[in-house]
Amino acid sequence: MMQEKSWRPWALLSPALTAVFFFLVVPTLFVIVYSFWLRAPTGQDIPAFQFGNYAKFFADMFYPSLLLRTIRVALEAVALSLLMGYIPAYFFAKTESRHKNMLIILILLPFWVSFIIRAMSWINILGDTGLINFILLKLHLISAPLSMLYNEGSVLMGLVQFLLPFMILNIYVSLEGIDKNLVPAAKSLGCTEWQAFKEVTLPLSLPGVSAGSLLVFVLAAGTYLPPMILGGPQNMMMANMVFKRVIGTLDWPFGSAISVILLGLIGLIVYAYNRYLGISQIFKSMQ
Amino acid sequence: MSQDIKKQITQAHTEYKNGALSRRDFIKYLSIAGASVGLLGGPFGMSALAGKSIRFDSWGGTTSEAFRKYAFTPFEKETGVEVVEGQFGDMDTYLTQIKASYPPGGEFNLAHLSAVFDYARYVGLGYDSVIDESKIPNLQNVMTAMLKPLRKITDGKLSAVPYDLGQTGLAYNTNQISKAEAEKLGAGILFEDSLADKIGTWGEWRTNIWYAALYTGQNPNNITDLDAVWKALRKQQKLVKKYWSSGAELMSLLANEEIYATTAWSGRVANLQAQGHPIGYLAPKNTYSWMEYIFVLKGTDMDTACQLLNYMLEPECAIAVAEAQKYPPSLDPTKVDMPKSVQKLPAFDPSGELDGYLFADPAYWNSKQIEWAEKWDRIMAGA
Repeated sequence: MMQEKSWRPWALLSPALTAVFFFLVVPTLFVIVYSFWLRAPTGQDIPAFQFGNYAKFFADMFYPSLLLRTIRVALEAVALSLLMGYIPAYFFAKTESRHKNMLIILILLPFWVSFIIRAMSWINILGDTGLINFILLKLHLISAPLSMLYNEGSVLMGLVQFLLPFMILNIYVSLEGIDKNLVPAAKSLGCTEWQAFKEVTLPLSLPGVSAGSLLVFVLAAGTYLPPMILGGPQNMMMANMVFKRVIGTLDWPFGSAISVILLGLIGLIVYAYNRYLGISQIFKSMQ
Repeated sequence: MSQDIKKQITQAHTEYKNGALSRRDFIKYLSIAGASVGLLGGPFGMSALAGKSIRFDSWGGTTSEAFRKYAFTPFEKETGVEVVEGQFGDMDTYLTQIKASYPPGGEFNLAHLSAVFDYARYVGLGYDSVIDESKIPNLQNVMTAMLKPLRKITDGKLSAVPYDLGQTGLAYNTNQISKAEAEKLGAGILFEDSLADKIGTWGEWRTNIWYAALYTGQNPNNITDLDAVWKALRKQQKLVKKYWSSGAELMSLLANEEIYATTAWSGRVANLQAQGHPIGYLAPKNTYSWMEYIFVLKGTDMDTACQLLNYMLEPECAIAVAEAQKYPPSLDPTKVDMPKSVQKLPAFDPSGELDGYLFADPAYWNSKQIEWAEKWDRIMAGA
């Protein structure tokens, strides 16, 4: 009887596993294999097994510094999303408004509009002739337009705009799962409102914070469009460099090596996260 | 062989629909169709039942709109052949798509490509075909100066038909920079300290190295002092507000006055001027010129391709497309009368000789691609 049941989860999972295998594992293996190949001067790929592409990446500090910048910007995006996302998530979890569901749908509203359109629209708001500069100039608060576009700030803003819903929803789910009696119980034992939050709510919401942070970090580290549309000359990230090598110079082997290094580093961070914080914490936020 | 089978299946399908074929016989023919999938090509051979079509990839926006309106729609009406349009953002992206398709280039037929060095790249990768020129009588109206560089690469034969001319020149905001000042600065407009944070340029390595060569007084097709070029580009990087990546972005940056000076595609500037924006166009000596051509990819139905290419080279069609795209056609003005609207377009040459137009030497630039593109990426990133 037990044996009969043991294959059922696998049978049910098989369509998803097949899709993951063919659309994620196999392409990733292709990229890994390509990273050892060579590029002919005409742009053709030459099968080989050599580490020249990896050696090239670490030959000087250009590519590693780009990698570090990518990680730094991703961490900044996590910090900002956390700061900006916790309060709305807390509000959604605590509110007893009958419009609560509508408010949560509003969080998802940006996903209904293409990211490219959302990013491009910032040009009309933050640009030299954009809305903010127009108003400030009209009010004579500034004499020349403020430069708000094409820098790391605008890239971060684009990232946070894109990633904030992921953070809010993860924290919200975690907060929503906390026993509603715990805070009144803490207060009845003498805690102030702030102490109850600090000692009860905050620790119990950490699985959601962890899940949101990990998700935001991984998505930000692999981002391509925000630096391209909203970034300046010095805001290139790793995904942009992969694009340049694969598309710009048709150097698939080197582009693949860069991808594998980025994948490896993110994998290492996720592994360390699991080792010290535990991936299982993420699933707690969904219970 | 495959054409015969296609014909038979189409006939069987028609007869079945008309009730002249029993279900049993139709199933039999269908089984033949299944067995013939490999010969027919395409997903499950259903293309056999579809009408004749040919794929044409171009730059999108006003360029594709002009092709659709003045070339493809009338061609479809006249011949019944459907032109299926695709778009690409730049030539590198498109070449990657071709390389990634299986077999490479097999899903694609005709492409509106720029620059002879890319013609050489496609040929080098083995994606070329040989055009039967006798099937394109309108080729005789095309400028010899545009055919010559292509023939040189493919041993006197053609794998593409030249279609229009253009330049990557310099655009400037006339409210901020006078015409006299722009002409005095020439290529230096892209390196002018007083325009710091108001300079833009295409984030493509060839264009920027080309203009840095002009700025440092060198021949872009034979750069002798490369260090001077890198030094100039490093200086420029500190002045640049945005390295743009598409024609739409270029137009947006200029129209919104985010930048006052930039490298720019001549047709896009002409479009901005037509819209009334205060944008001037500057083509200093040895401006980066390029020719666009329609490349026929390997595996294409050559009869249909030649039919469409000949139609597109009809003076009436080519001139209408040129007026809409704002790029002069490849037709020789000494053989075909050009209207004033075309004569006014940037890069138009009434002599048809193209003397004084400097094109990128394909062998020279293709040999530098990896080294210079990577160096350029570093400079662009501030390294």
